[in-house]
Amino acid sequence: MITQFFHRLSSPPYYYRFAGKCLPWLTLLCVVSLLAGLYGGLVLAPADYQQGDSFRIIYVHVPSAWMSLFIYMVMAISGGIGLVWRIKLSEIVAICSAPIGAAFTFLALVTGSLWGKPMWGTWWVWDARLTSELILLFLYLGVIALYSAIDDKRVAARATSILALVGVVNIPIIHYSVEWWNTLHQGATVTKFDKPSIHIDMLWPLLVMAVAFKLYYLIVLLLRTRCELLVREVNSKWVNELVKSR
Amino acid sequence: MKLAEFLHMGGYAFYVWSSYGIALLVMVVNLVKPIIYRRQLIAKFARRQKRVGRHSQ
Repeated sequence: MITQFFHRLSSPPYYYRFAGKCLPWLTLLCVVSLLAGLYGGLVLAPADYQQGDSFRIIYVHVPSAWMSLFIYMVMAISGGIGLVWRIKLSEIVAICSAPIGAAFTFLALVTGSLWGKPMWGTWWVWDARLTSELILLFLYLGVIALYSAIDDKRVAARATSILALVGVVNIPIIHYSVEWWNTLHQGATVTKFDKPSIHIDMLWPLLVMAVAFKLYYLIVLLLRTRCELLVREVNSKWVNELVKSR
Repeated sequence: MKLAEFLHMGGYAFYVWSSYGIALLVMVVNLVKPIIYRRQLIAKFARRQKRVGRHSQ
């Protein structure tokens, strides 16, 4: 059943239509969870006993940072699948993820900086967590630049997939940097095997925001992949019919 | 008065609201760009289709 579904989904016209049908529902879910997360984080959650209200930056900073890692893994895995099985759609998913991942990495760095200034007294330090996250941004930018530098899009997709796969080595470094090195950045409070060391009133908005950001990524990914499919399949029958029906 | 207190963010208004503002800006731009791009693509393809149609008659 599921393999059949994925097989059909890898056909461009089916994917295009299916994505179009999913988008309104995903948007609704995303807006609802975003509003709930923001209300919970900015209004309902109590101020932190040490950091006061500045801790509320957590509700954009942490989901952005999680997304920067999650999207990188999606990009590398779907790039790898494209590399091995030459599935056009998984190449497209990989390359369309890169700018979204870069945006979230940028947001994680900027909001972290805006949090660091009042709490640590500095916008930036060259410590392990911050530096490895900056390298992640450069990896994303490298993937985007490499893809646009090669004219043959199939060759470009293969080259960028290899770069993305090599860059995966950075992901555990980012995650464990706060344990392996002495850093200014605080340790993990949620993503560890122990019970999260954060009060439930502060935790639930964070998790809801994380869900909202995942949905947002999915929405933008569907929008971008649809465009990329149109460009690549411009001479195909289904695109011609789609254009004619407008 | 409650709203002013909320906006004040315990003295961290600048840091909190710039974080949320930048996040909103980046996310809206990322969302709107592909929506506009798809419309432009379809319009471009439609123009081309018309041109090719005229030539083949």
